[in-house]
Amino acid sequence: MIRVVDLHKSFGTQRVLRGVNLEFVTGKTTTIVGTSGCGKTVLLKHLNLLLTPDRGEILVDGTDITKLKQKELYEIRSRFGVLFQGAALLDSMTIFDNVAFPLREKTRLNETEIQKKVDDRLEQVGLEGMGYKFPAELSGGMRKRAGLARALVTDPQIVLFDEPTTGLDPILAASIHQLIARTQRTFGFTAVVVSHTIPQVFDISDYVAILANGVIEEIKPSNEFQASKNPIVQQFIRGDTEGPIQVL
Amino acid sequence: MLFLLSQIGRFTLRQLSEMGRIFLFLLSAVGLAFRPPAKLRLVVYHLKTIGVDSLSVVLLSGFFTGMVMGFQFYYSLRKFNAESWLGSAAALSLLRELGPVLSAFMVTGRTGSAMAAELGTMRATEQIDALSSMAINPVKYLVSPRIIASLIAMPLLTAIFDVVGIFGAYIIGVGLLGVSSGSYFAGMDTSVVFQDVYSGFVKSLSFGLIITWVCCYKGFNAPPMATGVSKATTESVVLSFVLVLVWDYFLTSIML
Repeated sequence: MIRVVDLHKSFGTQRVLRGVNLEFVTGKTTTIVGTSGCGKTVLLKHLNLLLTPDRGEILVDGTDITKLKQKELYEIRSRFGVLFQGAALLDSMTIFDNVAFPLREKTRLNETEIQKKVDDRLEQVGLEGMGYKFPAELSGGMRKRAGLARALVTDPQIVLFDEPTTGLDPILAASIHQLIARTQRTFGFTAVVVSHTIPQVFDISDYVAILANGVIEEIKPSNEFQASKNPIVQQFIRGDTEGPIQVL
Repeated sequence: MLFLLSQIGRFTLRQLSEMGRIFLFLLSAVGLAFRPPAKLRLVVYHLKTIGVDSLSVVLLSGFFTGMVMGFQFYYSLRKFNAESWLGSAAALSLLRELGPVLSAFMVTGRTGSAMAAELGTMRATEQIDALSSMAINPVKYLVSPRIIASLIAMPLLTAIFDVVGIFGAYIIGVGLLGVSSGSYFAGMDTSVVFQDVYSGFVKSLSFGLIITWVCCYKGFNAPPMATGVSKATTESVVLSFVLVLVWDYFLTSIML
């Protein structure tokens, strides 16, 4: 279980998070939605402490990770997998080496075991036989799938997805959503997805939370979220320019 | 007046905190370089990018620097009928000063700027965050091997620059201007002592550290956008040049 308690974060004079409180249920998919630039990625990057909060707690199975020493933090981080917005593959390595990278660096598996595991993950994301290519030779969708393979190769307990379908066409976006849902069911990890592609995210989410004005305005099971009477939720779902969320 | 003072104060605090960050970055990179597991494969890779890939530019600049020195020293020494000291003058200035400084400049332009651009791009494309998220220390993985490689490569490149430069001055002095080959090498033999070679070695070692430190820091902390990467690259080159010259002054005054 991950719990965020009264999380604050500012960049210079800009207050991005103003007291976020949120719980992520173990083994379920929680999606955080919100307008572009509202701080969704900032919140996500706090969950494994890629960003340090100004104030507040991030509890992973009861341990406040903001108070950990670097070695202990790395132990917690090794339980996470992350799919970054642009996949963040290391461009000096092939796809195979990218996926194998965390295994080579953080485990004692031999090359035969690594080869098998990487091949399995590449096959699961539909990239079998593509391991020899470099990230620059792949399309955006393929890079995301390779990023997902890397995020899953260490069998993480928690996987963070940062806008996994941004920049993809609707068909490719749907295939990535299906892939996330399928891998989540297969591996049973806790998934935290940051997205603003509605209504598609409702299908893959157990819970949906909306971040607006630096706080979580509402969190509900996916089907209840869509029926919420909260004017912020309704404005976001309908895509109204008028309402409690000021965009311009 | 109060506004001006507050602006000065803010600027000073910003500079002090930047200096603190840059020193902590160096301490962390050097400390992690000695912490297992050793990244030997990466050190070898960066030895190639810093050392082997800079070799052609060092050879070329060393040779032409030597030839220019051949002309210039001959012109100056002839006024005192001391052309026979050409070898000595060329060797001393190359070993003590021009070899370490010019090869540091070449490495900064050839490799330092590439380091800053590469790390800056990795920052902008979240590759550095990706390393952190995989519980891999990005400083240990990206910076420490580069520092070790530059400490090995820089003295070797400087030595090559020195030798090629001395050869360039020989070609001009002896081959073109008629200085005797025997006096060229005899002058060198009598005037160059171990201290001259040692001071050049210490300089090249410290310049290697400065270049990698500054360029990696600037790239590592580049704002995550295209202009941020270009700004970091420019700043890394300019700051490396300035720090090399300033540090050269202090080392020269100590080791003279």
